[in-house]
Amino acid sequence: MFQIRIHGRGGQGVVTAAELLSVAAFVEARHAQAFPSFGSERTGAPVVAFARIDDRPIRLREPVLEPDAVIVQDPTLLHQIDVLGGLRPRGYLLVNTGATLDDLGLGAVAAHLPLGHAVTVPATALARAHLGRPVPNAALLGAFAALTGLMSIDSVAAAIAARFHGRLSDGNVAAARAAYEHVKGVRSHARAA
Amino acid sequence: MRAQREGSQAVALTVARCRPEVICAYPISPQTHIVEGLSAIVATGELAPCEFVNVESEFAALSVAIGASAAGARTYTATASQGLLFMAEALWNASGLGLPIVMTVANRAIGAPINIWNDHSDAMALRDCGWIQLYAQDNQEAADLHILAFRLAEELSVPVMVCVDGFVLTHAFEAIDVAEQELVDRFLPPYRPRQVLDPQAPVTIGAMVGPEAFTEVRYLADETQRRALTVIPRLAEEFTTVFGRRSASLISPYRTEDADLVVVALGSVLGTLAETVDELRADGLRVGALGITTFRPFPTGAIRAALHDGQRVIALERAFSIGSGGVVSADLRAALAGMDCPLSTVVAGLGGRPITRPSLRRLIAETARSSDDPAPQQLTFLDLDRDQLPRARGGGAWPSSA
Repeated sequence: MFQIRIHGRGGQGVVTAAELLSVAAFVEARHAQAFPSFGSERTGAPVVAFARIDDRPIRLREPVLEPDAVIVQDPTLLHQIDVLGGLRPRGYLLVNTGATLDDLGLGAVAAHLPLGHAVTVPATALARAHLGRPVPNAALLGAFAALTGLMSIDSVAAAIAARFHGRLSDGNVAAARAAYEHVKGVRSHARAA
Repeated sequence: MRAQREGSQAVALTVARCRPEVICAYPISPQTHIVEGLSAIVATGELAPCEFVNVESEFAALSVAIGASAAGARTYTATASQGLLFMAEALWNASGLGLPIVMTVANRAIGAPINIWNDHSDAMALRDCGWIQLYAQDNQEAADLHILAFRLAEELSVPVMVCVDGFVLTHAFEAIDVAEQELVDRFLPPYRPRQVLDPQAPVTIGAMVGPEAFTEVRYLADETQRRALTVIPRLAEEFTTVFGRRSASLISPYRTEDADLVVVALGSVLGTLAETVDELRADGLRVGALGITTFRPFPTGAIRAALHDGQRVIALERAFSIGSGGVVSADLRAALAGMDCPLSTVVAGLGGRPITRPSLRRLIAETARSSDDPAPQQLTFLDLDRDQLPRARGGGAWPSSA
């Protein structure tokens, strides 16, 4: 089972991101579960959502305690909340920012993870460019597909297209594909270095 | 069709396929996406002549449901938490009048203090109101139980609550098979009311019954509700034939046969419990879980048949009776009378506190290894944070939740 925890703020589409991850896994005929952390969500307040993906039916209902991957939609949360709590030793970390991990003070954390398991992606900027709105969730899912290889970018695109329509769908899919390519590029660069 | 969808939306779609004729709801908190989804479906006209009635309170919601049902309409509503409590008076009217209303209760805690999260305090507080109570352990059951509930309610002329853990199930996305219309139609024939309020032939229902017959009315209510204990297994079997998948019924035992210890629980915790049972079995502990789907009427016979002498039993409760103890435990203790099954009560997951595998493992392993018999009135709280208590006893502030 692969477990994902997504941190963001109310209004950034954290819950939708978890939902879309589960739909992308469903598209690939896997079992998936997504659920929010059930706070009293308000715009701007810290929000957490979870997803689980497995090859057999998922019975667990506890929150994700030891994630295989953490997605941070809003880097201002990094030093407010223990977003890395429980992250597994071979886990993945994906942060939405135009800065580097070192800039964010995450260099030491990244060094403890396997090479290429921690990356940043400017998802908000990509969403602005492709969607015209600063909503980074769909872009981050493209980046997630590239980072983990857990699902294809086409499945992510299918999940987005099933949830949104028209320009909203096209823009989000384009942002996701751009983020996918961005992380692919960063990772092949990291391996070459 | 099987699709990745939210629990609430699966319930809404399924209820729509049951062809309700009146849906009434108070659409403001505490509420779920269920009635939102249904209002959107009704607005498309595909359920015509179904009427969606927005009301000003939960008391009004159930009162409208009572009127609609008495007039012969298949009627549905949904609520949770304080909303269910606000319906309390009307709940007895619905059951006393024998109206086959189906209602989803998205189980949540009761305030004060304000708490929007999941536990079973709401439905447990209303367990004696004459409604049948079914508890879903996952979203497939949550959706499917509504089809069974309409059939059951109409066959017995008794209202049915389908209890679905708030947030944990209602807000979770998973692959859920929403029953096809054609199959629902095969399983659930159009509603034929036994009596109808009709202006052309006016009658009074629910008129005064004095001491000379009130006991008999209540006796018959009990007799009728208990018939569900034979009707539900029959409907569950028929459900499986029609829909090709297992239906929840009275109870759901998991690896109980050779178990030295069995944890009894209701609702969504059973999934986490099944995982914990598998883990502990791998460690060599013979443990099992027993889910109670039908809580009212209480399935005494099925539970006695599922357990045997020498098994320790833990009742894992999502609510309790302040000043007394476990609610499920009280029924369980009566059901197990004469059997050698020492029972302990553990209250867990109040107000949305997650029930985790590590906590369950610790609880079950410690209980399984202990040789002492539990004290009958002993009440244990899972993950009780004792450090918080002295300060609170002294009148200090509780830690803020957000």
